Amino acid sequence: MRNSVSLGKLAQLIRSKNAGPFWITFDIVFENDVDFERVVSAKVLTKEWISGTYKIPQDSLIFVEIPEARAIKFSFPRPRIQGDLGETDMYSGQQYAPLLELQIS
Amino acid sequence: MTDPRISLISPTGALGMGFLDESLERGIALKPDVIACDAGSTDSGPFYLGSGTPKMSRRAILQDLRRLLLARDRLKVPLIIGSCGTSGVDSAVDWMRKMTLEIAKEEGLKFKLGRIYAEQNPDLIADAFKSGKIDPLPGAPEINEQTILNCSHIVAMMGHEPIVHLLEKQCDVILCGRASDTALFSALPLMRGFHPGPVWHCAKTIECGAICSSITRADGVFAEIDDNGFSVEPLALDASCTPLSLASHTLYENADPFLIREPSGTLDTQNANYHALSERKTRVEGSVFRPERYTLKLEGAALSGFQTVAIGGVRDPYILARIDSWLTEMKVFFEERLQELTGKTFGQEVRLDISQYGRNAVMGDLEPLPQEMPHEIGLLFTITAPDQTLANDVARFVTHAASHWPIPEWKGFISGIAFPFSPPEIDRGPSYRFTLNHVLIPETPLSAFRFAEEQAG
Repeated sequence: MRNSVSLGKLAQLIRSKNAGPFWITFDIVFENDVDFERVVSAKVLTKEWISGTYKIPQDSLIFVEIPEARAIKFSFPRPRIQGDLGETDMYSGQQYAPLLELQIS
Repeated sequence: MTDPRISLISPTGALGMGFLDESLERGIALKPDVIACDAGSTDSGPFYLGSGTPKMSRRAILQDLRRLLLARDRLKVPLIIGSCGTSGVDSAVDWMRKMTLEIAKEEGLKFKLGRIYAEQNPDLIADAFKSGKIDPLPGAPEINEQTILNCSHIVAMMGHEPIVHLLEKQCDVILCGRASDTALFSALPLMRGFHPGPVWHCAKTIECGAICSSITRADGVFAEIDDNGFSVEPLALDASCTPLSLASHTLYENADPFLIREPSGTLDTQNANYHALSERKTRVEGSVFRPERYTLKLEGAALSGFQTVAIGGVRDPYILARIDSWLTEMKVFFEERLQELTGKTFGQEVRLDISQYGRNAVMGDLEPLPQEMPHEIGLLFTITAPDQTLANDVARFVTHAASHWPIPEWKGFISGIAFPFSPPEIDRGPSYRFTLNHVLIPETPLSAFRFAEEQAG
């Protein structure tokens, strides 16, 4: 069995960003089909994991795998409307950090 | 008979971000039928709509606008600018009109200038709400009439129809208030009768300029649409548009990468296929557009208060070891002092937030490593109050008391926070919040917008 590797090492791009003021979206993009397929078939980056990590109900989550773009994408309503008092990340640009350490077998 | 092909250039992702002169020159040589460029977004937060202030500087807008007006003059094709002044409020359209006329005069250009205003009167929107013409989008906040009336600005995001209206009146340059980015690019192709599937997908792909290519700097792309599909190539020779780069672009800033809602319907790119025509150019086919009930997305922002902030750092390991309780203790004092000084309490009219940079300030409650301690912590004090003077008054006693708040490890008066500035308090001015995530059901695609035409030069 091969060694596990972190998602941060496998992906060529991991990012988070507003999708309008009310949603946040995450993109995980791979350099080649092998890496993309490896993550898809490992089934650790799932709705369950995202729901637990980001503390949001599964039914408010959009989760898609896009082979044409060698990408996995998920989105959910922003925990706070963009720019409301107490905002910590106006562009939602730094909310992806927990994804980096996810171990892929 | 309609022309079998139509071509467009998208010179840059946002007017004022810049682009290479040689790229625009290459675009001009390709003889596009229209130049379109977006100038706005909600992405930078509620301030721009709330205050009606542009994000880009006048200097940056003038430079890009001048180059595009000169390019348009050489080609004699329409130039369409969307979401003027970031938010697309009426005063931002006027701001851009002034610059456009100024450039026309300086450069000796003559053209017919059209304007489309997208700002909405809160009273009329409140009436529309009462008569059931406003619908919430998924996850929209609960609103009532007062929410609408409290907005400092409300804009409706136009579709392609208002732009077509001015193109039919032979406007050469069209300055739009808030507009769907894609509508700028789809207006002329739809007017000429091209199929909406390829047209909207092409528009979606090129709206951010060269971001759909292999480069990330601000620059442009050229696209050609026919009835079966479209192709895109970057204007910069060192860039390429590959099947992967185009498919990836549908991810960017969209919650759903396959279904994109426009005022007149939904673009579905699920069955789109991408194939390379050359190393730099890719063709896309198979996207479809499904007409739906006509709706206009509304954007609204309201004042949430005035803010004063202060930034300081803590390095003392004794303080760091007890930073949470240290801050909690001083907050009790701040509460008493606020009461004494103003008769108010925190939480209602006046709000105090203290973030610890270096420790959970970015992810807050979602931080997976909440206990990790750095060797120094940056403190950001944010005071929000109904007026600026009150926010500043509160900030002044907060920063003073905080910097001398004692810890049991040291006997005597300490200075526990390193402030980089004098004064440490910085007035931030007004703060706004987004209030609407709703759509308006208009009488017609044009009814919510106002038009003006004039001769420039």
